[in-house]
Amino acid sequence: MAGQTLYDKLWQNHLVEQRDDGSALIYIDRQLIHEVTSPQAFEGLRLAGRKPWRRDANLAVPDHNVPTELRERAGGVAAIEDPVSRLQVQTLDDNCDDFDLVKFDINDVRQGIVHVVGPEQGATLPGMTVVCGDSHTSTHGALGALAHGIGTSEVEHVLATQTLIQQKMKNMLVRVDGKLQQGVTAKDVALAIIGKIGTAGGTGYAIEFGGEVVRELSMEGRMTLCNMSIEAGARMGMIAVDDTTLDYVKGRPYAPAGEMWDLAVAAWRELHSDDDAVFDAVVTLQGADIKPQVTWGTSPEMVLPVDGQLPDPAAIDDATSKAAVTRALAYMGLDASSQITDIKLDRVFIGSCTNSRIEDLRAAAAVVKGRKVASSIKQALVVPGSGQVKKQAEEEGLDRIFLDAGMEWREPGCSMCLAMNADKLGAGEHCASTSNRNFEGRQGFGGRTHLVSPAMAAAAAVAGHFVDVRQWQEAG
Amino acid sequence: MRAFTVHSGLVAPMDRANVDTDLIIPKQFLKSIKRSGFGPNLFDELRYLDEGQPGEDCSKRPLNEEFPLNFPRYQGASVLLARENFGCGSSREHAPWALEDYGFRAIIAPSFADIFYNNCFKNGVLPIAIDEATVDRLFDEMYADEGYQLTIDLERQLVITPTGEEIPFDVDAFRRQCLLEGLDDIGLTLQRAEAIRAYEASARQKSPWLFDVIR
Repeated sequence: MAGQTLYDKLWQNHLVEQRDDGSALIYIDRQLIHEVTSPQAFEGLRLAGRKPWRRDANLAVPDHNVPTELRERAGGVAAIEDPVSRLQVQTLDDNCDDFDLVKFDINDVRQGIVHVVGPEQGATLPGMTVVCGDSHTSTHGALGALAHGIGTSEVEHVLATQTLIQQKMKNMLVRVDGKLQQGVTAKDVALAIIGKIGTAGGTGYAIEFGGEVVRELSMEGRMTLCNMSIEAGARMGMIAVDDTTLDYVKGRPYAPAGEMWDLAVAAWRELHSDDDAVFDAVVTLQGADIKPQVTWGTSPEMVLPVDGQLPDPAAIDDATSKAAVTRALAYMGLDASSQITDIKLDRVFIGSCTNSRIEDLRAAAAVVKGRKVASSIKQALVVPGSGQVKKQAEEEGLDRIFLDAGMEWREPGCSMCLAMNADKLGAGEHCASTSNRNFEGRQGFGGRTHLVSPAMAAAAAVAGHFVDVRQWQEAG
Repeated sequence: MRAFTVHSGLVAPMDRANVDTDLIIPKQFLKSIKRSGFGPNLFDELRYLDEGQPGEDCSKRPLNEEFPLNFPRYQGASVLLARENFGCGSSREHAPWALEDYGFRAIIAPSFADIFYNNCFKNGVLPIAIDEATVDRLFDEMYADEGYQLTIDLERQLVITPTGEEIPFDVDAFRRQCLLEGLDDIGLTLQRAEAIRAYEASARQKSPWLFDVIR
């Protein structure tokens, strides 16, 4: 019998029962809850007279529509100006009180984006099954966990039963060999993978990321990579447990300690694919070939290296692709065959569950230190992923560097990644964004998003247009 | 959940690939704490010329006359014909809620994103994946024939065209059964409570660090 993949092991470890019809009942260790996709689930419980199966399996935190300006934030939930957002955040608080679930309040230092908070607090751990009503739950796979987004009906199902009815996915290995060039980051690797396999390339698969490049990424880099699995169509992305994982987890508030730590580590050491494991699909990239990436269109697969030239629909044969490229160029207000470095920017957003951790902020700060944001940039926002990240960044003086450069330093939340709060693009505005989706209207009605790494976003803020951060860093 | 057995209805097009759930229902409508009422905002940024706001009366808003769902011939459509990777992106169940609330009972496309596909079944909306060449042909037939209807028979797993052609489709047995009978799958799972408790007792022995930490 062939060996098992990491996904096979995690699946097997959580199998309550396999059914004859091909479905399986899978046990869920941890559910993260936020304000947007949970109210209808709690209401469902209430209507059916049900209670949460296990209160200690859940952790709630508001993130999607919390204000990030201190002026509005300081007053807590009651001070949220948008009454619809306020009601939603208040409803999360009320539901957690009613059902006796643990939540971090809006101004708790532990509050932040669910996918930053989970690993940071040790609330998500290696070997767990982790779900949340949010597609970027794949982030937690970086810990060697089986983690994926679910809809609200499934949020309710997990609350009520601590399980999900699942069909097993196929296994895909994405291996990135060799080394990355200086100035190329996990974000560029993620975008390069999506550029190669497309936004549906991972549909039906659980992706495991491997290879020397992945092994050498920090935990935060691995989170960035796994975060964007869903943009490649895979609900879940994961990385084998190694010393990097264990060093990261050790000492986190909810992580095991003492004898329990040793017991856990013994189990976690098994969380890797066996040497003779068989994958249904294998994709390989060479780390040295990956340049800083910039998306030009309205799907994450519409991505190019920074020295790239935009496509020309006239040169595309396939009718659906031709139509998609034509529509994307029109929406983005860009000319066929123009250069990535010609794209002029109006706003810059550094934040989101993809890139708002301390290493992301350090990378951005290193680029803007001693420089100024270009006068043509209307706004450059830096939004830390959690209160803890904000605190640490301030201890390191990063906030001063951003403010001195002319950027705004905000309170933690999802912010302009999806523009559910007041942070949004105006129609027609171009934004260099460290977030994960460049869909039409994602960051604001008519807004135009370009996905990049934190260093690339910072360099673009200073230059006013995209520049190759590799040269920038050499010059700096 | 509303059961789905056999459905016949007018077909409307969403003729582009990679339709994401942000496009199906934009973020500002996700602030609602309700499960219904999303229909008027389905494809909001394509259907209207202005930026929609939650709670707004959409009957007063300027329509995009070039968007097919606004064409007179597609009014009352209940089957959506779409392209590859439909429903990609965000896991928001508001997407199938909006489609269902608008009146769509089935979506036919060459492929669907995984989370969206799963969410549809929880809401009485049947996503049907059929090979690309056949979908191309259905698009051609629909464009050529105003009032083009399809019949979908979930029991027999067939899409039936106006000429009586029967196109088979796959759907996994559990999801099919839940949809045919309109079953509440939480109720079904709770019938297995003993198995869940048995698993839990064993996990508590093997991995005690997973329990009683968040309180």
